[in-house]
Amino acid sequence: MNQGPTIFLGVFLTFASAWLGLVVAPYVQFEAQRSQNAAKVDAPPETPMEGLAAQGRQVYRANGCVYCHSQQIRPENFGSDIARGWGPRRTVAQDYVGERPVMLGTMRTGPDLANIGTRQTSAAWHHLHLYNSRITSPGSIMPRFTFLYEQRKVVGQRSSAALTFPPEWDVKPGYEVVPTNEAKALVAYLLAMDRSRPLEEPGP
Amino acid sequence: MSDQTISTAQTESQRQAFARQRAAIDASARWPVLGFFTGSVVWLLVGTGLALLASIKLHSPEFLDGPSWLTFGRIRPAHLNTVAYGWASQAGIGVTLWSMARLSRTELRYPRLLMFAVLLWNIGMLVGTIGILAGEGTSIEWLEFPAFAPPFFALAFAIVTVSTMVTFSNRREPHVYVTQWYLIGAVFWFPWLYTAANLLVIYASVSGVSQASINWWYAHNVLGLWMTPIGVGSTYYLLPKVLGRPIYSYQLSLLGFWSLALFYNWAGVHHLIGGPLPAWLITLSIVGSVMMLIPVITVAINHHMTVLGSFRQLRYSPTLRFIVFGAMSYSAVSIQGSLQSLRTINEVTHFTHYTVAHAHMGAYAFFTMIMFGSIYYIVPRLTGWEWAAGGLISFHFWSTSVGVLVYFIALTFGGWYQGLDLNRADVPFMTIVRNTLPYLQVRSWAGILMAAGHLAFAALFVMNLLHIGKQRSGPTLFFDRPDAATLTVIGDASGRTV
Repeated sequence: MNQGPTIFLGVFLTFASAWLGLVVAPYVQFEAQRSQNAAKVDAPPETPMEGLAAQGRQVYRANGCVYCHSQQIRPENFGSDIARGWGPRRTVAQDYVGERPVMLGTMRTGPDLANIGTRQTSAAWHHLHLYNSRITSPGSIMPRFTFLYEQRKVVGQRSSAALTFPPEWDVKPGYEVVPTNEAKALVAYLLAMDRSRPLEEPGP
Repeated sequence: MSDQTISTAQTESQRQAFARQRAAIDASARWPVLGFFTGSVVWLLVGTGLALLASIKLHSPEFLDGPSWLTFGRIRPAHLNTVAYGWASQAGIGVTLWSMARLSRTELRYPRLLMFAVLLWNIGMLVGTIGILAGEGTSIEWLEFPAFAPPFFALAFAIVTVSTMVTFSNRREPHVYVTQWYLIGAVFWFPWLYTAANLLVIYASVSGVSQASINWWYAHNVLGLWMTPIGVGSTYYLLPKVLGRPIYSYQLSLLGFWSLALFYNWAGVHHLIGGPLPAWLITLSIVGSVMMLIPVITVAINHHMTVLGSFRQLRYSPTLRFIVFGAMSYSAVSIQGSLQSLRTINEVTHFTHYTVAHAHMGAYAFFTMIMFGSIYYIVPRLTGWEWAAGGLISFHFWSTSVGVLVYFIALTFGGWYQGLDLNRADVPFMTIVRNTLPYLQVRSWAGILMAAGHLAFAALFVMNLLHIGKQRSGPTLFFDRPDAATLTVIGDASGRTV
């Protein structure tokens, strides 16, 4: 094998074949499926998340939540995702239409969040948990996202947005902890996370 | 005058001509290759620091927390990108450039442009890493650098590829050696892969699960079509060099290369088993992953048979010891990878630290160890100075090899139990978190050991660049050999002509 062009051609063709198979073919399939769905009368909206929740997705992205939390439910006979109550059904391609970036995740240092908005519906709980997860979940190894909160002196009346701590976790007297806009957006995103809508037909 | 005298005389003048040729090639490669190596050592240290920080945070979450840029979710991708692109890729490029010039028996082309590529690459690294820490990371695994960084790498890659290919096409050696096949593959595959993935995912911003399949097609191929061909290619070059004997079988080399080219491409989507993607796509990737047994076993036999009978040389040669450790890890990690892609095993190991152990077996125990061995071989030929201390190299070898094995064993078991428990809905999640903590702590200790080895390596590298230490007449070995007098010195590494 002393011919440069032979090597080059082989290297090109092997690579191009997988490119067609793993990149182009699925893309074509998804696009076809998408236009089929769009043609249906009762098709779900394409971009379910708007406003604050969409901003929250960017906070989730910026702080790398995906490195410990997945957003996908495996099928019933594969793992115990459904038995753990993480979702009523497996997630399918339709559940992620329009998501940028799509954060399926490959690690479960923490629990799956595909349907966290249906599982944990209290914004106050999420704020406490993000501020210090040991408050709500003893034993947790999640980082404290204190940088998403502002600790400040109470001037006049306590802010209505201020976090309410259990007595043993309270901040020093005369101070309060209020979420920044980023924290509010992140919690809005978590509360909006819902991939439990029943499917008409089995997904791919 | 006998025939024998004539032929000896010719051989001697030929030998001198080859030695001059090698010296000219090394001179042409000196600055770009040392430039990439210097960058790689700097980023190895940065990446190691980030690794320790991330590892400790995982069992002691309040360690050094507070500012946003120190949060685990930013430190971890910063670690991956600094070691993958800062350390591994720059070391790999240095090895590629030097090996291609030597094997083509011609000077490295465009050394000045390559120095510019070194600059571009490291600017890309700096802005990209700061970007991730500042919260601009993309959260797309292996492609975390924000949109302003990839153009630096793409341009630097283009220069590296052009230089490598022009050097190759000016070759004086008619025989194209197996290492060159792999290097041609690497410098062609990776820039395409990198550019295509970034264009689609970062700039065109393909959305939904298509993005995930492109993501993992790319991410697995960083290992498969970039690190693997350079690591295996360098092994093919340096084993015969150090041992002074040829590769066992040309046919096995051919089979190993083409089966890798054919199958590795397809493996990536096994990272999404159980995920919301079409079953055909995932099954195809599992098939590709299992078929990888062919190139892996082929290459393992070829390398093993080459070293067979010379294992005692591992006692002396630093290069050989690192390379053989890396080559054995390659076989082990690849066979593990094929098994791990099977649905029944993946059902347990997916989403756990088992995968992290596997990734470090590949990127570290295989690729990084081979890069260490290659750098120990190449640098003295570029600087004209042997390594300062065999003892320090020995410390580097033992701390990194023991470190990565402890790392691997701890997270493999920790991850496996984590996976079994995750699949039992009656085990509360927090129990699983608590049970993995001891394994994560062991991992941090292993990381400290590896970090100590990296410091020794960096010290040796700096001492070599500055010509510190006593001048030696032969290569720095772990022990004095009984036949040391017959050993060859710089510029005449093994007496072989390639």
